[in-house]
Amino acid sequence: MRLALMIPCYIDQLKPEVGIAALRVLEACGHEVVFPEAQTCCGQPFLTAGEVERAKPLGAHYIHVFESFDFVVTPSGSCSATIRRHLPSWIEGSAAEQTAGRTLEFCEFLASEEGGGEALPTGRFDHRVGLHASCHALRELGLGTPTETRNAPIADPAAKLLSRIEGLELVDLTRRDECCGFGGLFSVAEEAVSCRMGLDRLADHQGARAAVIASTDASCLMHLEGLATKRGMPFRMMHVAEILAASCLPAEDDGSHNLRIPVPAGDADADARRDEVRDGTR
Amino acid sequence: MGHVEEATRFVADAARTSWHDESLWFVRAKRDRAADTVPDWEALREEAAMIKQDALTRLPQLWDEFETNARAAGAVVHWARDAEEHNTIVSTLLQERGIRRVVKSKSMLTEECHLNPHLERHGIEIVDTDLGERIVQLRHEPPSHIVMPAIHLRREEVGKLFEAEMGSPPGLVDPDELTAIARKDLRARFLGAQAGLTGVNFAVAESGSFVVVSNEGNADLGTALPDLHIASVGLEKIIPAQRDLAPFLRLLARSATGQAITTYTSHFRGPRRAETPQSDHAADAEDTEDASQELHIVVVDNGRSRLLAQPAYRAALACIRCGACLNTCPVYRRSGGHSYGATIPGPIGSVLEPSRDPAAHRELPHACSLCGSCSNICPVKIPLHHQLLTLRSDLTAAGQGRPSGRWAFALAACAFRHPRLYDLASRLGRRIARGLPPTLITRLAAPWTRERALPEIPARSFRELYRDRTTTDSRRQEGSVQR
Repeated sequence: MRLALMIPCYIDQLKPEVGIAALRVLEACGHEVVFPEAQTCCGQPFLTAGEVERAKPLGAHYIHVFESFDFVVTPSGSCSATIRRHLPSWIEGSAAEQTAGRTLEFCEFLASEEGGGEALPTGRFDHRVGLHASCHALRELGLGTPTETRNAPIADPAAKLLSRIEGLELVDLTRRDECCGFGGLFSVAEEAVSCRMGLDRLADHQGARAAVIASTDASCLMHLEGLATKRGMPFRMMHVAEILAASCLPAEDDGSHNLRIPVPAGDADADARRDEVRDGTR
Repeated sequence: MGHVEEATRFVADAARTSWHDESLWFVRAKRDRAADTVPDWEALREEAAMIKQDALTRLPQLWDEFETNARAAGAVVHWARDAEEHNTIVSTLLQERGIRRVVKSKSMLTEECHLNPHLERHGIEIVDTDLGERIVQLRHEPPSHIVMPAIHLRREEVGKLFEAEMGSPPGLVDPDELTAIARKDLRARFLGAQAGLTGVNFAVAESGSFVVVSNEGNADLGTALPDLHIASVGLEKIIPAQRDLAPFLRLLARSATGQAITTYTSHFRGPRRAETPQSDHAADAEDTEDASQELHIVVVDNGRSRLLAQPAYRAALACIRCGACLNTCPVYRRSGGHSYGATIPGPIGSVLEPSRDPAAHRELPHACSLCGSCSNICPVKIPLHHQLLTLRSDLTAAGQGRPSGRWAFALAACAFRHPRLYDLASRLGRRIARGLPPTLITRLAAPWTRERALPEIPARSFRELYRDRTTTDSRRQEGSVQR
């Protein structure tokens, strides 16, 4: 089986450790992983900005780079959704459809028959984790059951993978699938609403006393991390791949996966900060 | 001002934003519980969507059928190409009869047509009788929500308004007491009204009848007394048969407010008659002589047929105006209905309004994080967020795209088409960014950094780390072979 790793441009440039974690986990599951260096961007920023004509050539490039692989795995719900849901409408022909259909989100792939996720050693991760639902993994790819719909429940592969880890406690959120407000260009074009949405998500995680916020999309996490860091909120943002790598795999030579996660604030503290976030400092 | 500026102003009041968000989330949660009570919720949505999509493929036949049947029942049917024609038809009907005072129940179509100011210009007093509509009418502002027009107001603000407008005791904030005061004030207006205006939730082709749903009974009261009833109906509101009402009525109340059914579901077929007939069948066809009222139905296009001609957006005409997409929209909840600067705010408005006036509403499709919750909640399965996404590029193609940053997109797209250029440019970019003083970067990246810290910019990209790793791996392998 030929497996390609597709690394979203923002992970490549800003969060390479997420890509490394995904690579290591896939290898630990027994896959031979290729990272085709000619890959660039899935086209999503252009699509969402209303520049679909600029996205189309990138779609053609994507097909050119990835069509020979049996699977393309990417640690991003959003990028895989762009490829799966939109690429076939940009470019005619079976190559587009097939390449798009073979593009899987990282957790989705691991939980699939070919993914071999169960080969991963059961790790240990003694932290309370809030799983931030990626809108696109959930509502575009159908990885999980959105709160709006009443279809038969679908298991969320990310939650499934995390629940195997000993000591890891997934917290209950009051709004488990509300958008964090990143939304690509939206995060800067509609800055005020975007940030407020993110702060509300952080308050929810804080109320549930999560120490780590995990997601299948590093872009949501960068937005939330930016907001939390600016306010000194003691969260650690980790892509699901990073948690798997940190808990199930031996530390790599450079020791970059040694975790120092702050203990979550006590209830009173968390509540005070939550009020501050929600109501503005009064 | 556009959505960005209005939303920024709204969000600046953090406490109010919390309250607005939570009020609407409360309705969303109620809707969730109501949906739970229907065993085949998704099948019901599918059925309703199919009925609407089918009806939209044969509007002319259905409206012909409706007109024949409505006329047979004694109603007069008018056709209005646009808002202006609609308003003229209504004001002419009123003026011909010397009518000066009218009451109106909730109708987003008449909001869309700006009927109130039109009638006022013709010296006709028009009173909105839905409580929320009445509140915003007294405040001289448009509704901020299509089902809960005054959801943006706190009870204290309503108390103050009633004190000024209806002479209620100062400091009154109890919703029940405030409602009682409005009720008393409205009762006199109902009694004095010479005509009752309503909207239409569903027009039924096979019977020539229509349905108006309300919780306050104001549509019934407003039309039961006067000698003239004018009902305004959008071209998209037609359904083929009486039995088709069932899925819609089940979906509408649950989606809108989480109720199993609205308090009033009023069926109108022909004008009111002097005496109640013995049975419904006795009221069949052509017996208009004993009618004690005139019924006029104004069917309005106002851009709907233009939307119908666009396959990408046609499905939006299935909208039954339940407001569920507003309640679930994380952006709407945190920016308020008025921030959209449109008759219909929220996701559905952001699809419909730019089709009416692209230049005025070009920003709206971007007032969306593309989370997709609206499409999932829509009882008639309009793919709202995909339509908004398509609309963005269609507006760009029509010269109505995002005004700024196009050159940046052009540059980025060029780099992404050339992997080596991308690698080089990004390496250079990161090196420069790492060399700059943090304060300068913060300033340069202002829209990101005002509220957010920048991520630490890594020395090496994934692809550089990957290259190292593969080289180390192969060296390691070579080493082990030698050993």
